[in-house]
Amino acid sequence: MKFRGKMVDITCIKQFSNIVSTVARLSKICVLRITKEHVYFIIHESGAVESSPGLWAELDQGHFFNEFHVEGVSQEDNQIFLELEPDKLSKTLNSFKTAQPAPRSLKVKLTRKHSPCLTLEVELPSLSVHARTVVHDVPVTLIPRRQWHVYQEPEMPQFDSSVYLPPLRQIKHVVDRMKTLSQHITFSANRRGTLIISVSTDVVDVSTHFKNLSVPVWGDDNDTGGTHSATVDIKKLGLLLQGSQINPTKVICNIVANRMVHMFLLHDDVTLQYFLPAATNT
Amino acid sequence: MATVIGSPEGLRVVVEEGKCIQASAFLQSQMFQEYHSQDDVVTFKINLNVLVECLNIFGGSSLPGVAPSLKMCYGGYGSPLSLVLEEASVLTDCNIRTQEADDTLEFNFCNTSVVNKIVMRSECLRDIFSEFDYNCCGVPVLEILTSPDPPYFRLSTISNMSTSDTDIPKDSDMIETFSCTKTMRQRYKLALLRPSIKPLTIAQKVLLRTDERGILCLQFMVKMEDNHICFVEFFCCPEEEEEIE
Repeated sequence: MKFRGKMVDITCIKQFSNIVSTVARLSKICVLRITKEHVYFIIHESGAVESSPGLWAELDQGHFFNEFHVEGVSQEDNQIFLELEPDKLSKTLNSFKTAQPAPRSLKVKLTRKHSPCLTLEVELPSLSVHARTVVHDVPVTLIPRRQWHVYQEPEMPQFDSSVYLPPLRQIKHVVDRMKTLSQHITFSANRRGTLIISVSTDVVDVSTHFKNLSVPVWGDDNDTGGTHSATVDIKKLGLLLQGSQINPTKVICNIVANRMVHMFLLHDDVTLQYFLPAATNT
Repeated sequence: MATVIGSPEGLRVVVEEGKCIQASAFLQSQMFQEYHSQDDVVTFKINLNVLVECLNIFGGSSLPGVAPSLKMCYGGYGSPLSLVLEEASVLTDCNIRTQEADDTLEFNFCNTSVVNKIVMRSECLRDIFSEFDYNCCGVPVLEILTSPDPPYFRLSTISNMSTSDTDIPKDSDMIETFSCTKTMRQRYKLALLRPSIKPLTIAQKVLLRTDERGILCLQFMVKMEDNHICFVEFFCCPEEEEEIE
């Protein structure tokens, strides 16, 4: 199995680093899946609804990498699945992205030092004649083929309501305040562009109403006209919103009544899907 | 928990701790665009943290010149306090449970028993208060000396490890009015006075008064955006008299 890739654009390095930071915030362990066209970060939460992963991030390899070569397990299965700690990867990328002057290139390789590693190598130009090369090794575990089915692309859930979210910044302010009031937050939406975010406890009820939001067209015209809700863990939602440096072009919020809130963050070259299962009420 | 007292004159919000310190803020009815209150005084107890979080639900101004609007209603005994905030066509409505109000402490602080009075710019106290070491060992106290004789106005922090004195001359630029009839030297637990730093940062002026019993009253004058004035008051009881070396 072989993998190597090279990024030369500092903007791409920063973007890549931001995505990994988001993954690191959400979980201690994640799976990195490498195919010819894409790089995926997958967080699989045990006990999640309908065996959907917590997070599915799909990156268009061509946008990030100038050079990209993968040789998977075999010709037919030209993929690599690695398990790693995203926090380690994130710390490495952070140190690279803030290096002054900016790195000329970032190389990522699958290597075998004492054990399998993802080796990241940056070339840092220096004021004097000689450039420096900095190498970080992030240990990884290879995932055998018989386990790959666990990490397959999730099916779009059969949702009841769907709406484009207002700018994440607005939602983040409201959710941050609601975090201090309750452990759970409820998302309610219909297919007409109304979204209500609310918390309800013994002491206080707070609900924020967003109207006239855009509605995604799914082609299934399942408009029952009703409003559907799901209640999720507010801390987990907060962790995702923290990474709003990502600044998606659009975010779709799908609600499966009483089961799940599904967020679909769309960028040009990256899509992130976050599956929040409904919290079991204590 | 805070006690809210609503009257035709305005809203007063009072918090207390340990029966020895009380802080209150008074919001005049003129500050509001519309204010309706029945003739009776209504009081209720409410979780102040929850109220503040609700008021800040839109996270402070994201755009210049855009601020949320607020509507508050209280329907009388047993009703929740209802808030409706709106910013840029996004609406938030909150209902906060209220409880029966306890009686608030009456310090019986009246002008005739005031012994010493100093009006000063708030920066004066703010800088001094924020430099205190609140975490030093033991139970640090602040000793306030106000007197018609030198050193006139001295703030001393006293702890197990050290004593530190700050003297403010009575003719300093910071002091607007200095009126002391008797030497008063009283000690107050520093931890109790720490919360006064917050109003000091937003106030323009502070009025410091002590009465015969040594009770300290700090009144902070806060100017709002539209030039309305809001008063925040702190009352603090002195520590028991001890042997002072």
